[in-house]
Amino acid sequence: MNPVELKYNKEHEYARVEGNIVTFGITDHAQDSLGDVVFVELPEEGVTVTAGKSYGTVESVKAVSDIYASVSGKVVEVNTQVMDSPDLLNSDPYGEGWLVKVEVEDLSPLDNMMSAAEYETYLAQEEH
Amino acid sequence: MKALEPLIFDLSAPGRSAVSLPSCDVPEVPVETLIPNSLLRQQEPQLPELAEVDVVRHFTRLSTFNHGVDTGFYPLGSCTMKYNPKVNEMLARQTGFTALHPYQPEALTQGALQLMAELQEDLCELAGMDEFTLQPAAGAHGEMTGILIIKAYHAHRGDHKRTKVIVPDSAHGTNPATAAMAGYEIIQIPSNDRGGVDLEALKKVVNDEVAALMLTNPNTVGLFDENIQQITKLVHDAGGLLYYDGANTNAIMGITRPGDMGFDVIHLNLHKTFSTPHGGGGPGSGPVGVKEFLAPFLPKPVVVRREDDTFTLKYDMPLSIGRVRSFYANFSILVRAYAYIRSLGGEGLRSASENAVLNANYLMSILKEHYFLPFDRVCQHEFIITPKNLKATGVHTLDIAKRLLDYGYHPPTIYFPIIVEEAMMIEPTETESIETLDEFAKILIKIAEEATSTPDLVKNAPYTTLVTRLDEVGAVRKPNLRWRKESN
Repeated sequence: MNPVELKYNKEHEYARVEGNIVTFGITDHAQDSLGDVVFVELPEEGVTVTAGKSYGTVESVKAVSDIYASVSGKVVEVNTQVMDSPDLLNSDPYGEGWLVKVEVEDLSPLDNMMSAAEYETYLAQEEH
Repeated sequence: MKALEPLIFDLSAPGRSAVSLPSCDVPEVPVETLIPNSLLRQQEPQLPELAEVDVVRHFTRLSTFNHGVDTGFYPLGSCTMKYNPKVNEMLARQTGFTALHPYQPEALTQGALQLMAELQEDLCELAGMDEFTLQPAAGAHGEMTGILIIKAYHAHRGDHKRTKVIVPDSAHGTNPATAAMAGYEIIQIPSNDRGGVDLEALKKVVNDEVAALMLTNPNTVGLFDENIQQITKLVHDAGGLLYYDGANTNAIMGITRPGDMGFDVIHLNLHKTFSTPHGGGGPGSGPVGVKEFLAPFLPKPVVVRREDDTFTLKYDMPLSIGRVRSFYANFSILVRAYAYIRSLGGEGLRSASENAVLNANYLMSILKEHYFLPFDRVCQHEFIITPKNLKATGVHTLDIAKRLLDYGYHPPTIYFPIIVEEAMMIEPTETESIETLDEFAKILIKIAEEATSTPDLVKNAPYTTLVTRLDEVGAVRKPNLRWRKESN
């Protein structure tokens, strides 16, 4: 299920907060609806991402989807392994399938994100 | 995997050929004495060597693996896979057209120019536009041409702050791609729960930085936008222009016109609406129509009718965006579209659209009892259903598409538009009989029943095709695109 320590948004992305470093990824629901991921495009280290703006794309056999930053900051680490083996997004979205780590000055936008329980309620609503 | 039919390279045998040429009756000169060594090939080109019969059999066998409109029902949403009448082909193959050379003097090409001029006039009448260019070679090429015309117009007025193009989230992917290619920033706006443009969202983003709104109407969920005149007014009032993606014109011929809705620029897909071929690249044709004030920016040359009813190519267009294609157009495709328009006539075209809409609504009304219908209102020429009601069975849209192959149907468009989860987009077109529609509905209902009673049967389909589930992931991740000698 969706780990309780993470924050979620309506685009089915999660944020893992560790100090002022935030890790972005896509949720299990996202990988399941996308189907087999075949390509991941991520920014380079040092690039600044902006909250609400696209910072990369995830391509599956069905479609290409933008991925959005939940909070603004500077990219300090990129998961190059996931670029070589995009299937990690399908097999382990919350673990080895993480996308980028961002250094964040203002963590407050994360307060608007959902908890795991709220996200699951949101998923259930989307079903109807 | 063993190939069903070897590649033509694998059928090659050294020295084999289709014809034996007579020996040369002039003295042979070694090629090395004629061409500098630096320009000579160092090795033989890798071309297959086969007898004529081997070539004919190879391609004839391949052709039997194909599914086309001439072999069966092809309800591929958004693509308008209508039957292409053979009279179009007959006319396009007349040597008067096929043997024309683009550099022939105008006095000798009057017939071809007349055909182009009359096709332009017909398209103007159908679309409610003032002038047309026939140059663009496909729909997306037409979009690019149209957006460049809009850009040239704003630049000519000295209005350089318009750097944005608005595109609804239900648009064809080519719309934002086109605007981005033309150097614009894309603003995406959401759809409302009726499947149309969200007016409040549009109001928020319309301002003096917007160059244009690109809209498909009927849109990609097969619905006519109920607020179309409010939409075009909102954008016009802010000084922006309206671009109409005419991919779905098959629903509205002779019924309503984009020009009357308030659009300034439109492209039409001759290979959809006007029954020219799709397969194998067509080739396509995406003529662009504009209102009078944009005519000076059209690509040149345009074909014009003189007062004495002779025809000429007009090059004196200083504001033109320039050429967008070599010579004049995919000409033989224009002949087919012209033949289609003239053989149906105005009333025939209207009745083609009416039947396209009727067929789609007929199918939708049957299928909505068995599948989930996200927008339950009268549709245009196509509609979307999803297997949401079958979710518990674990059967996905892809499985249903694969299972349809077992029953001899080309599947509908799937997973598009992306705003509807698990979409199946069905466009029957006007050329299908009620018997075909009933039979197709019966099969889709049967598949829904199979999904419930024997889900694995659907999940592992197809069974009767030459190849079954292909490794789509492998094909994307590790594509093997060309034959190499060493790999054999």
